[in-house]
Amino acid sequence: MRGIIGYGTYVPYYRLDRSKITAAMGAGGGRGHRAVAGYDEDTTTMGVEAARNALRGSTVTPSSIWFATANPAYLDKTNATAIQAALDLPQETWAVDAGGSARSAEAALLGAKGTPGISMAVVSDLRTGNPTSNDESNGGDGAAAVIFGDDQDAPVLAHTLGFAASTGEFLDRYRLPGDTSSRIWEERFGEQAYLALAEDAIERATKSANIGMEDIDKVVIAGLHARAVRGLSKIAGDKLVDDLTGRIGNPGAAQLPVLVASVLDQAEPGETILCVHLADGAYANVMRTTDAIADYTPFATVESQIAAGSDNLEYNLYLTWRGFLDREPPRRPDPDRPGAPPTFRSEDWKYAFVGSRDRSSGAIHLPPMRVSMDGGAVDDMERIRMADVPATITTFTVDYLAFSLSPPTVAVVIDFDGGGRFQAEMTDVDPNEVKIGDRVEMTFRRLFTAQGIHNYFWKARPLAD
Amino acid sequence: MASHGIKDQVAIVGMGCTPFGERWDKGADDMLIDAAHEAYASAGVTQDDIDAFWLGTMGSGVSGLTLSKPLQIDYKPVTRVENMCATGSEAFRNACYAVASGAYDVVMAIGVEKLKDSGYSGLTGSRPPSDGTDSSLTAPATFSLLAPAYAHKHGLDEETMKEVLTRIAWKNHKNGALNPRAQFRKEVAKETIAGSPLVAGPLGIFDCSGVSDGSAAAVIVRAEDAHRYTDKPLYVKALSFSSGPATGALDPSYDYTTFREVRTSAEEAYKQAGISDPRSQIAMAEVHDCFTPTELVLMEDLGFAEEGTAWKEALNGTFDLDGDLPVNPDGGLKSFGHPIGASGLRMLFECWLQLRGEAPPERQIDSDRTLGLTHNLGGQPGACVSFVAVVGSEVG
Repeated sequence: MRGIIGYGTYVPYYRLDRSKITAAMGAGGGRGHRAVAGYDEDTTTMGVEAARNALRGSTVTPSSIWFATANPAYLDKTNATAIQAALDLPQETWAVDAGGSARSAEAALLGAKGTPGISMAVVSDLRTGNPTSNDESNGGDGAAAVIFGDDQDAPVLAHTLGFAASTGEFLDRYRLPGDTSSRIWEERFGEQAYLALAEDAIERATKSANIGMEDIDKVVIAGLHARAVRGLSKIAGDKLVDDLTGRIGNPGAAQLPVLVASVLDQAEPGETILCVHLADGAYANVMRTTDAIADYTPFATVESQIAAGSDNLEYNLYLTWRGFLDREPPRRPDPDRPGAPPTFRSEDWKYAFVGSRDRSSGAIHLPPMRVSMDGGAVDDMERIRMADVPATITTFTVDYLAFSLSPPTVAVVIDFDGGGRFQAEMTDVDPNEVKIGDRVEMTFRRLFTAQGIHNYFWKARPLAD
Repeated sequence: MASHGIKDQVAIVGMGCTPFGERWDKGADDMLIDAAHEAYASAGVTQDDIDAFWLGTMGSGVSGLTLSKPLQIDYKPVTRVENMCATGSEAFRNACYAVASGAYDVVMAIGVEKLKDSGYSGLTGSRPPSDGTDSSLTAPATFSLLAPAYAHKHGLDEETMKEVLTRIAWKNHKNGALNPRAQFRKEVAKETIAGSPLVAGPLGIFDCSGVSDGSAAAVIVRAEDAHRYTDKPLYVKALSFSSGPATGALDPSYDYTTFREVRTSAEEAYKQAGISDPRSQIAMAEVHDCFTPTELVLMEDLGFAEEGTAWKEALNGTFDLDGDLPVNPDGGLKSFGHPIGASGLRMLFECWLQLRGEAPPERQIDSDRTLGLTHNLGGQPGACVSFVAVVGSEVG
């Protein structure tokens, strides 16, 4: 039997209180919060974090990665390669993008499910919209990763009973490459199109699963067309799963796998779940959880990540981070772009946070060094990945002058549990709250973008409880 | 194999130093010409008498042409050296060795930096292409790491630590006020220093050295020839340089309250000069006070104060102009300014004035000690280069 053998999600730290939009603009906004990617995050870094959470809750190593997003960090260049590198997966891994539309999530999920071996779908999205738009307030940022495999790889947690999909070519929402906001046709038009497509797909999916609606325990409905989602919800009644829009917004392409994960986080064995995705057609998947779900503990549940967020983000900062407000830069030179050959040579360090450990003295070197700082042994090192090792702050400072997309820069000197020291930038933290002795963990981030090159590297963030 | 030093083998016989500051009216070329010709005049020589030149600059030019072109030097050797903020000292050190080796009779060490043409705050520099993982912290941020670590280790509360740092800036501004060549020639009230806008960690703008333009130069000859040029030569007693493995940010045993490079370079310099107790044997010291916590830590690393006591000594006035061991009597980097390549030679310039009794009377140190020390640092805590020189007005 093939099915889901692991999953992970990523909900970024920041929340924007929608009433702050209304207060600033006299329009837009609303109630509740949306999740906001930090100034140093993009769909690739959030994808890495979701995938790390999936792998930290599992013992398997995927042989392929299917990455999907409607907001790719690069065009032309594959983004899944950075995820493969950040996860320290071997060269044999096949990492591929499916991108552009919210529907590309389906390509990643079905692609991973259908690719032999252990295969991981990573779906990530970062939703922007014009100030005061519905997309601005109701959008959300986040990512999810789903690992597919067979029983011999790891216990299958859930498997598909029946599946069907439909496709419609109609103008619901659309965005030209490079635009920061989508254009949306009159909502009632899309609603009628979607409802017909969804009813067709659901009927065929349940039929192929040999079940009726009465056999279904939970219904997940994802999609960016809020009115169509609402309209379709009537078929679910009290089986409808909360779509979390009130608390984190709608993370576009990532919404379907994030909601599936939120259901699996709490699912009992033998539950039948109908998952519907409305995006240029409809996708309907009927799945059932196995007994193994009872023994599966996700590394971080959706609920725990929502609870750990900060809702102190100010609207002006949000606009700055998303490029809608330009602040005066410091009187400092722009950062240099990373060079392609040095980056290629240091892939293990830069992307996977792999240092070197002296085989004789045990000294850990971050960054990796060929000559040991302890004893001077030459080329007698083994690689050691530190990305998942917690650390403690030894000293720190706040740099008000350094170039940053969101000054000031918090810098910490951290000592890792079991050895190894690194001077890191710290993120997802209030500069006034940092203390010597605080516990931190590493997180994959985009330090800055210079001359079209995204500079990805690791930062420290407060260790989750 | 051992390091031997060149005690009393070479001497400074002439020096020049331009005013430091925001020299909108002068380029690097102009300042090199001014410093070189002041040094020629001071030694009573002409440019033709100089056999070889060592030019120190971090970023105001490359190659010997940076000096030979503006000075119109006729086909003599000019070596350009760079060693971060210790660049000026490195030019001096290599020039001294050239004379001691017997290769040349008369040489010049000269340093220059033109920082204020960049339009940026603080220091900037170009780096080779990298993988983008190097720290992007500014200099004040890296040195500010010393403050909480020192306070934590020696049990100072935040308020006391701030008071100590403020006292250091206040003292150096007070000294600089007496120096017509300094960038900042005004005393600054402690409240102003303590209340200045934050730059990094607890460091305000007044905890930082002045970003400055300037040039300084020395003429160096063999010690036995020195009296041909001046009645009061300054003999080189010790030159030491330490470049560390830069493992502070990797090595959990480093605690950010010391510079190992300074300790090793000081130890070596004291050995060369035959100094056993620097606190009582040295008349004055010019040290690398790039930021106030740096000067605090240096007092311990250079052996001027016992570990964990420099903060008390700083508050007590030990290092004031009229203290037991005056430190930075010319105002230091803090108030004289810090044109990178020139700073090491500027420190020697103050020794030149003080040990010869030629400092302006209001800041002339009254001491029967004959030794002066300069300390020049480049890099950051945990990854730096350190230079120490000892010079003296008497042989032996």
